[in-house]
Amino acid sequence: MAGDAMNAIEARRLTRELPGPVPVTLVRDVDLKVNRGEFVAVTGPSGSGKSSLLYLLGLLDVPTSGSVLLHGHETAGLSADDMAQLRLARIGFVFQFHFLLPEFTCQANVEIPIRRLAALSDSQARKRAEALLDSLELADHRRKYPDQLSGGQRQRVAIARALANDPPLILADEPTGNLDTRTAALVFELFRKLAHDQGRTVLVVTHDAELAQTADRRIHLVDGRIIS
Amino acid sequence: MALPLGLSIALQHLSHRRRQTLVSLLGVSLGVAFFIGISSMMQGFQRDFIARIIDVQPHVIVKDEVRAAPRQAVERAFPDGAISLRGLKPREEVRGIRGARNMLATLEEVPGVHVAPALSGNLLLRFGGKDVSVNVTGIQPERERHVTHLEKDLLSGSLDALYTTSNAIIIGEGIAAKAGIRKDDLISAVSPVGVVLKMKVVGIFRSNITLMDNFETYTLLKKAQILQNRANVINRLNVRLDDVERAGPLAASIERQFGYRSEPWQEQSRNVLGIFVIQNAIMYSTVTAILIVACFGIFNVISTVVFEKTRDIGILKSMGFRDKDIRRIFVLEGLIVGIIGTLIGWLIGWGLIEFMASLDFKMEGFVKAQGFVLYRTPKHYAISAAMAIVSATLAAWVPARRASQLNPVDIVRGAG
Ligand SMILES: Nc1ncnc2c1ncn2[C@@H]1O[C@H](COP(=O)(O)OP(=O)(O)O)[C@@H](O)[C@H]1O
Ligand SMILES: [Mg+2]
Repeated sequence: MAGDAMNAIEARRLTRELPGPVPVTLVRDVDLKVNRGEFVAVTGPSGSGKSSLLYLLGLLDVPTSGSVLLHGHETAGLSADDMAQLRLARIGFVFQFHFLLPEFTCQANVEIPIRRLAALSDSQARKRAEALLDSLELADHRRKYPDQLSGGQRQRVAIARALANDPPLILADEPTGNLDTRTAALVFELFRKLAHDQGRTVLVVTHDAELAQTADRRIHLVDGRIIS
Repeated sequence: MALPLGLSIALQHLSHRRRQTLVSLLGVSLGVAFFIGISSMMQGFQRDFIARIIDVQPHVIVKDEVRAAPRQAVERAFPDGAISLRGLKPREEVRGIRGARNMLATLEEVPGVHVAPALSGNLLLRFGGKDVSVNVTGIQPERERHVTHLEKDLLSGSLDALYTTSNAIIIGEGIAAKAGIRKDDLISAVSPVGVVLKMKVVGIFRSNITLMDNFETYTLLKKAQILQNRANVINRLNVRLDDVERAGPLAASIERQFGYRSEPWQEQSRNVLGIFVIQNAIMYSTVTAILIVACFGIFNVISTVVFEKTRDIGILKSMGFRDKDIRRIFVLEGLIVGIIGTLIGWLIGWGLIEFMASLDFKMEGFVKAQGFVLYRTPKHYAISAAMAIVSATLAAWVPARRASQLNPVDIVRGAG
């Protein structure tokens, strides 16, 4: 398949409903195409379905109807294990909360996905995690535990972990939600670099309209629909 | 660092819940140690007892009895009829094995089979104003020595003295002690049919089987026949085999061929063997109970960890851990408790055995013993390990399954 012509992410009439006595529609008929290397901001009011959309695109959740294609590959009908494998190797998640394992050092946290994928030897895994932390200016904090770091540092460790297996796709759900303005700007800048310098496709959910302006493109959601 | 990922996460979880983990570990260890210690003691005792029985007792005893009551003439005539007989009076039979000499000769032909005839009955011994009721067995020393342990058990005197001394008797150590009888003493013997004899004690034996030492006496077969007033009667054939495994089949074939009740040693000792079965059942149920308690402990720790680490589970799954990877982590936690608990239990169990081995005391039950007879076998270690590890894994399985089924979306959304 021709690489450049292909979209990194393509959603076709993506719908996610929660069954129940009063069914809730989280995401409604979303059609979306994101190019490879594009840096996209997802905005919208609270409860508009931004997180839900991200979970669907990141194969963490399964749509009620419609489908998600990643790099041209249909993902509907994949088994749970196949989806886990794709998340492991091709997708990096960053959440509003860092979700680092508190009993593991930063270094060990970053190594977890690498060792789970098991494509590298233990010593290669260690080197890769070190290099990632170094590149995010966390070299001095490798041996520290998450609770010994500041919020911005923790979020950078979480980003390093998302990058652990060198995924082409980064999905971040309000990663700057808990950070002060200056740190938030730095983290946002980091995501921009991941897209523009490293060619990864990056989707970032944010409340901050100003930060969203720095993205290549903005997607605005209301009530589970893309408005613009 | 070099630890596999799942293992290092599992170890982190357990060390996080250190006290709870230690308690369940202790439970497993206790079950394992108890099993090893007690089964070594019980099996030691049981095997020792069986070895002694095989060594001391005849391997097969042919008795002057038949197993089923003889069929009545009317029953033989109407084998299919529903017959009820009332007021049946058994005919007085002269007891004893008919054709015993013939049987003896036939059995002695078989290689590896040694036979000794015997006539046993009751006797009252009188000595110095004391009466002791005993069992008297008439034997033929030249045959007896190939069949029972009597000659080797003699503390003093000899089996051949039964031939060389007239009215000679050999008595058990317990009888001698009870009545204050010593070798070469003259005692009066009164039989149930009223024969009174002055007999000379030519030997005292100790078999270490309490019942025998307290109740058994031996005299010449001929003399016993006179005492019981049953000339030429033999009421028992004692058989010893070179290969003790043949006892069962041989007994069955004797019974088929001659009709007389033939008991292999297992049947003679079935009461005691039955007690052994109960002993073992009690031990296994005790160990099972301990392990069940330990399993609750394991279930508890792992459930707590799953509850506490729900976030971690969610993030691991979002990172690409499969359900089975998550399940493996928590099952591994049970396995770790099971294995470490087993190792500690092995150590305690081993210590327990060595401690029991160091004890020195006299015991008199079925048999006389000095201290515990302990049976040391790797089998006990293997069985206890299997029981502990299997149950620990099963206890971990339930919370592990629950952990693996957690939905990461619920977790990351809930926390956000
Ligand atoms: N399990 C659930 N049950 C009921 N409603 C839910 C559930 N999960 C999410 N929702 C609702 O779905 C909508 C979309 O949620 P979400 O995708 O988290 O929005 P956003 O990330 O834009 O704030 C919200 O109104 C939310 O309350
Ligand atoms: Mg959200």
